[in-house]
Amino acid sequence: MTAIALWLLVLLPAVVGGTLALSRLQRAAAGVSLGTAAITAALSVVVAVTRPQVAVPFVAGSEFALGVDGLSALMVPTVAVITLLVLVFAAGDILDSRARFHGLMLVFASAALVTATAQTLPTLLMAWEIMGAMSMALIGFWWSDEHRVASGTVAFLTTRTADIGIYLAAGAALAGGAGLALVDLPSATSGWRHVIAAGILVAALGKAAQLPFSFWLSRAMDGPSPVSALLHSAAMVAMGGYLLLRTQPLLAATGWAGPAAAWVGAVTALVMGAVAVAQRDLKQLLAASTSAQLGFVVMGAGLATVTGGAVHLMAHAATKALLFLAAGAWLSALGTKSLVGLQGVARRWRLVGWVVTVGALSLAGVAPFALWATKDAVLASALEQSPPLFGVGLAAAVMSAAYAGKVLMVVWRPAPESQRHEVESHLDEEQQGNRQVGLLEKAPLLVLAVGAGVLGWLTLPPLGEAVASALVGEFVQPTALELVVSSVVAVVVLVLVWWRGLPQPEWALHWLGMERAVQVVIVHPTLWLAERCARFDDDVLDASVVATSRGVVRLAGRSATMDGRWFDGAVEKVAASLRSLGHLARRPQTGQLHQYYIQAVALVALGFLLLIALR
Amino acid sequence: MLSLIVFLPLVASLVLVTLPIINDTASRWLWVAVATAELALVFAVWLRYDTPSTGGLAFEEQVPWIPGVNSSYHVGVDGLSLPLLAMTAVIFLACAVYGLRETNRPRLHAALFLFLQSVSMGLFVSADLILFFLFFDLSIVGMYFVIAGWGHGDAARSALKFFLYTFLGSLSLLVGFIGLYVAADPHTFDMVELTRQLPLQGSSMAGGLVLAAILLGLAVKTPTVPFHTWLPPAHTDAPAGGSAVLAAVLLKMGTYGFLRIAMPMLPDAWRQWSWLIIVVGVVSVVYGALVALAQTNLKRMIAYTSVNHMGYIVLAVGAAGVVAGDTEQARSIAITGAVTQMVSHGLITAALFLLAGVLHDRASTYDMDAYGGLAAPAPRLAALFAIGAFASLGLPGFSGFIAEFQIFTGSIAAAPATAVALVGILITAALFLRTLQRVFTGATRGSSVGFVDLRGPELLSVGPLLLLSLLIGVLPRFLLDVIEPAAAALVQLVGR
Repeated sequence: MTAIALWLLVLLPAVVGGTLALSRLQRAAAGVSLGTAAITAALSVVVAVTRPQVAVPFVAGSEFALGVDGLSALMVPTVAVITLLVLVFAAGDILDSRARFHGLMLVFASAALVTATAQTLPTLLMAWEIMGAMSMALIGFWWSDEHRVASGTVAFLTTRTADIGIYLAAGAALAGGAGLALVDLPSATSGWRHVIAAGILVAALGKAAQLPFSFWLSRAMDGPSPVSALLHSAAMVAMGGYLLLRTQPLLAATGWAGPAAAWVGAVTALVMGAVAVAQRDLKQLLAASTSAQLGFVVMGAGLATVTGGAVHLMAHAATKALLFLAAGAWLSALGTKSLVGLQGVARRWRLVGWVVTVGALSLAGVAPFALWATKDAVLASALEQSPPLFGVGLAAAVMSAAYAGKVLMVVWRPAPESQRHEVESHLDEEQQGNRQVGLLEKAPLLVLAVGAGVLGWLTLPPLGEAVASALVGEFVQPTALELVVSSVVAVVVLVLVWWRGLPQPEWALHWLGMERAVQVVIVHPTLWLAERCARFDDDVLDASVVATSRGVVRLAGRSATMDGRWFDGAVEKVAASLRSLGHLARRPQTGQLHQYYIQAVALVALGFLLLIALR
Repeated sequence: MLSLIVFLPLVASLVLVTLPIINDTASRWLWVAVATAELALVFAVWLRYDTPSTGGLAFEEQVPWIPGVNSSYHVGVDGLSLPLLAMTAVIFLACAVYGLRETNRPRLHAALFLFLQSVSMGLFVSADLILFFLFFDLSIVGMYFVIAGWGHGDAARSALKFFLYTFLGSLSLLVGFIGLYVAADPHTFDMVELTRQLPLQGSSMAGGLVLAAILLGLAVKTPTVPFHTWLPPAHTDAPAGGSAVLAAVLLKMGTYGFLRIAMPMLPDAWRQWSWLIIVVGVVSVVYGALVALAQTNLKRMIAYTSVNHMGYIVLAVGAAGVVAGDTEQARSIAITGAVTQMVSHGLITAALFLLAGVLHDRASTYDMDAYGGLAAPAPRLAALFAIGAFASLGLPGFSGFIAEFQIFTGSIAAAPATAVALVGILITAALFLRTLQRVFTGATRGSSVGFVDLRGPELLSVGPLLLLSLLIGVLPRFLLDVIEPAAAALVQLVGR
């Protein structure tokens, strides 16, 4: 029974979504999709409680296996519920090509659910890459704009580059004798275990938009806002962090992979925090902040505090979905997402303004909002294991408060009279705004605001220990002092930002030029090489085949000439000389008797002469 | 049963040729009917199929044919050939449905394709080298007439190039076959007997030379780098159905030869030269993908992706020859992946070529830059092409992933250096996404304006191919259950 619930959880959105995407049911699409998402959300709660395991034979001596354990019991409902809320918003926000939109979103969600419950590498890789392809199709949803499609391509290719790590890991797992089940990976033979860990680490960092892969998230902003809301919160990016939490025992078993993940996460949190501070576009700011916040999750996985990482992931999902949907609501209403154009917008839509405030305070790490406690759970582990790492993490936390403060300042502080004109000029720059935020768009924001308010308490007493007991790894409860100090620091930073404003680090505006660098270092040389190879193929390989065949034709021509001139010539010559001999032989036969007599006499005389001479 | 499958299309073909009274419409439908019957027959074989013992065949039939050289009409199937037999039947049915819109000499067209179907089915069930060679060469003849008679562009030249190149390859193959015959005691062309006898086992010089002759012949047909240059022009100038059959079926005759002839009959030499085969495979994967990336002609691009996809197969069969340690399971997985890839590539590439044919039909050009924003006037074409493209780049959920995942997992475990070929799946992804972007998205311009979307027969021929790819991608067991025992048996044979 519960096994059926798990199968339905992943199959229902996949089948309904796939059918919907190819159908033309524009009117019914939203209804069908919301119904499906609602059932999926209900099922997610069922499986989170009952914890079923299912498996069927699949490829390479491995199974297609799904299962719910403590970690996925947290993740699965997060994915399903946020999907539902985002789709409710989309029902009011996306009005064209609804069937395709909702269909792709459901398949996307299904892939995320399979990723969250996968028990073997083939299962994981299957869902993992479908998620990537769906994100590409959704980022390029408005396909008549070629730039948006290109953004989808960038996202897919970047994440697929990292995905190669999983292909490699699968080969290594087979060679290492561990088999392809995720839980068995740490028991692979020592050499291969390192390869497996490296492969999975790279794949996860790519999906989680950690350095140096982060730039694809910037391009992903070209998709519709509900896509961003789902992609940044519960699916795709989140799954990168999730995979590391899932494979934490493997990372720990290698010795080096844990610290490596922790450092990459910490550095990403800090650097991408700075990138977020530098942004002048709300969605770009939020995107950079996603990369930075996932840094804390990756750090948690590396430090073996699966509890802190997992709850941070959940709390971030609610927070970020909320902020992206709000940004999307304003984008639809005003036609802009530039920070200049959005000045004072919270005063015009108070409800949206207040939920954004909740989201921003959570992001900033102010008590009692969600990310405050979860971030501290990760940092507490860092403090215990590596003070330098803790230092970097703390600086990243300050950075979070800074960009959250920037958001608050922009949306609440009205533009001075002198700048009114500039603000007006940004309106409708992206699309024609309709100047309203509908009920379907507001309702999910309220639910998410509750999540962004309270989800962090899962790491605090009395819940913290209970959650931790259901998960692997160690859980370090942050002390009361740490919690208070971190919140005070966050508040101080917010006040400073409000009071003194923020510097705009120019160097971080274009995401550190990562995409440009990839273009120059990888894309252009590859295209150049491709061009060379194609030329070589035509001008050398094919040309040599053609030349060979021409040579054969020429040889045949020569042979024909030779045949005519020499062989046949020689035959002709022999024939001709024989003929002339014949002519010669006919000469004596004149038919006149006296000449025959003379010939006879001459012949006899010659005979005598010969006889005498030879004696 | 198998003989019926082999000769039914031939009989229908002869009927079409000798009875001019059959009109165009009737001949089109007769073709569809025969192709459907073929598929039904193969389905029946599949249902009744039981895995034969190692080296043996199911549904065997044997009749003396040329007793002087110990050659017989010997046919049978196993887990390596049955999937290909089924894929061939599916492809020809798709071509028959697509051919419902053929207006150029449809009676002759149908007859020629039925003839091609006969020889293709015949090749995959052959258990005698002479019989194999006969079908191998007849397929070249049939395809020559398809390209020369129904092609476009520089069809005569491309057809001739295709014919001469692959015919030359087949002669090399024949030399190899004769080598096997001469070495066998008693002399025989029977594949089952040769697999049992291993005539050249232990004689590395003679074994190597015979293997070289056979490999050369198969490498031309597959084709692998550097013997692939006949493929792009042949595809570019062939009609859509011809391209589909060429890519889906004829290329598989080469890769099938590796599994059926080279590996089990010359295991010693195969193991000795496996590194070379791996290198050829890796080069084909990377080079094929790179050259495809640089193309601007859609059909040429798909043709080069075939070089890339065949490269994965060569890579896998090469890795299966690296016999060391306890990698038996890994090698078996690689071979399973290779056979899956043959089926998968057949379905997906045939679908892509048929869709490319629609472009030529509507706008007479394959030049990608002539199009743009095609998704607006032709949403169905765009959707199917996008699905085909994602399937071809190995997206999970489609058959290509099942194939490539097994190829890579097995090959990397058996021969870790093969991991460099992973870059191939990245380049393929890039080139297909670029193509989608160039042809289908953006503002509608150039030849896209006024483009008529897919018509019934086009949709009905391509749709099922992609659905099958999806089915294999999601529920691969029905296929893998047939292939896996045969792959394991082949690993045993190569390990002797």
